[in-house]
Amino acid sequence: MITAIAFYFFSAVLLLSALCVITARNPVHSVLFLILAFFNAAGLFVLLGAEFIAMILVIVYVGAVAVLFLFVVMMLDISFADLRKGAMQYVPLGILIGGLMLAELVTLYMAWPAKPPVEALPMANVTNTVHLGQVLYTDYVLPFQVSGLVLLVAMIGAIVLTFRQREGVRRQKIAQQVSRKQADVISIEKIPTGKGIG
Amino acid sequence: MEIALSHYLILAGILFTMGVFGIFLNRKNVIVILMSVELMLLAVNINFVAFSTWLNDINGQVFTLFILTVAAAEAAIGLAILVVFFRNKGSIAVEDISELKG
Repeated sequence: MITAIAFYFFSAVLLLSALCVITARNPVHSVLFLILAFFNAAGLFVLLGAEFIAMILVIVYVGAVAVLFLFVVMMLDISFADLRKGAMQYVPLGILIGGLMLAELVTLYMAWPAKPPVEALPMANVTNTVHLGQVLYTDYVLPFQVSGLVLLVAMIGAIVLTFRQREGVRRQKIAQQVSRKQADVISIEKIPTGKGIG
Repeated sequence: MEIALSHYLILAGILFTMGVFGIFLNRKNVIVILMSVELMLLAVNINFVAFSTWLNDINGQVFTLFILTVAAAEAAIGLAILVVFFRNKGSIAVEDISELKG
């Protein structure tokens, strides 16, 4: 009973915040509603017994991706009202294609044989995180390494894309500072009495 | 009342449809399009985890982890391209991104 209430609560807030993400006028509000949607999805994952995925969702999405979106939205100086002009002409097409897709999906899901949950496998006696780790580091060790490589490529790509050398910026050149000789920069002069230098 | 697998599947279906609808609704704003893609990936993840729980198979959750990885990489690269494009053109409207005349 309490599970059903929690499911309906989480999914209602999830769908409402998803609706707000795509309809909000201000993209900052969109990002904040996206964060709310991810929190509710994490709640649903806890209900499904996938605690590790739920925590990863909160850490990776809310902590990294949503904050990245927030930074980019705030950094760009754009009139978002102009971008929404004429957006309404695509609503009928969007409703048509979206409704068609939803109808197909619901038909498919209704046809899925709804079997009760099968008996727990012997290995599932351990907690979700331990179970996930046991599979991830044995059966999926190569895909795991490749996903690390994907993240590395994404990091290098993002740095290369956004790196720029600016003109006219004075930088500290430590090698130049250290390699300066005393003779190059200081000269000792004898100043005759009553006269200045040159 | 029992929550069955089809409840989760229909929830994920509605969420995915909202992502598709968001792409149509915000056709000019690349940032909101990227957010809609994140919503669609979230719907796919809900499907994976629901099936993983119902079939008692942990592999679905492993795949969810991989999808999260790819989604994070995609968001980082997409936003980096967006920042570079804005620096060069001063705009992020989709119809301005037609240099290749594709």
